[in-house]
Amino acid sequence: MTGNALLFVAVFLACTVEAVEALTIVLAVGVSRGWRSAIQGVLAGLVTLAAIVAVLGPALSRIPLDALRLVVGGLLLIFGLGWLRKAILRASGYKALHDEDAIYARQLIASRAAEHTGRFAVHDWYTFTLSFKAVVLEGLEVAFIVITFGSNQSNIPLAVLAAAVAVAVVVAAGALVQAPLARVPENTLKFVVGVLLTSFGTFWAAEGAGIAWPGTDAALLAIIAAVAFAAAGLTLLLRQVAPRGEPSQASQLPAGEVAG
Amino acid sequence: MSRIAGWARGFASFWWDFIIGDDWTLAAGVILAISATVALAHHAIDAWWFLPLAVLTLLALSLTRAARAARKA
Repeated sequence: MTGNALLFVAVFLACTVEAVEALTIVLAVGVSRGWRSAIQGVLAGLVTLAAIVAVLGPALSRIPLDALRLVVGGLLLIFGLGWLRKAILRASGYKALHDEDAIYARQLIASRAAEHTGRFAVHDWYTFTLSFKAVVLEGLEVAFIVITFGSNQSNIPLAVLAAAVAVAVVVAAGALVQAPLARVPENTLKFVVGVLLTSFGTFWAAEGAGIAWPGTDAALLAIIAAVAFAAAGLTLLLRQVAPRGEPSQASQLPAGEVAG
Repeated sequence: MSRIAGWARGFASFWWDFIIGDDWTLAAGVILAISATVALAHHAIDAWWFLPLAVLTLLALSLTRAARAARKA
């Protein structure tokens, strides 16, 4: 029960963060160039992600549980530590916070300057490809989390449901405010998701390696608490020795980073 | 040929960024730590504390390196 609840929370939060980032790009091209091709791109992206989950989910479920937990736990650990590292660097002032308003403004200018060309059944190819890429690139991490969490907990439908609820909430909020969801505390959500991915990854990888946790499943809660405590401590420590002044978003983000 | 090579490079770079991310030493450290956990379990040593400790150490080291690099820049 605890495992399923944590699975829902982890997938929901991860999907919310990525959906907010995708929404910013889709909103910018939709507002500046029209919604028809933007919606076609979003739908094509969602179908691609659903196909990835539909193909890889059942395939992973056939792998023996110990081997699955070892490999998937390791991948989740690498992913989770990446999210946590980035969230800590942002929270402590070493990396600029994700600014949805600034990204939206930049995307709006680029979209207005691009040419209108149609291909196949798509009226505006630029809008279609940008929306498609935004959904697939931002959604790929969520698809990975859905597949790994779902297969390890033997509950892919619950993971899919959590992702779908998150997308529905973000789309509804976006439609309501008709602007980037800049008030969503993305870094805090990423911090929480990073803690959960790292904790689940540690728990499953060790189980897959043949380690027996004291207290069995209850150990997961202790790991989450320990990782959260250590991550918060590292943030405070780094904040005390952080360089003064605001880090510039352009200079701090790695080149080519769409999500993050 | 160069177009295929460019495409392959782009493909490999996408997956590298996607899985490994900003710090490859974190990924390498995770693989080493899990391998050590497998070895410990294989020798009937139930070192459940090892992986969490290794993971938090890796995170602290990676953050220290990133902070040092940012201060130098």
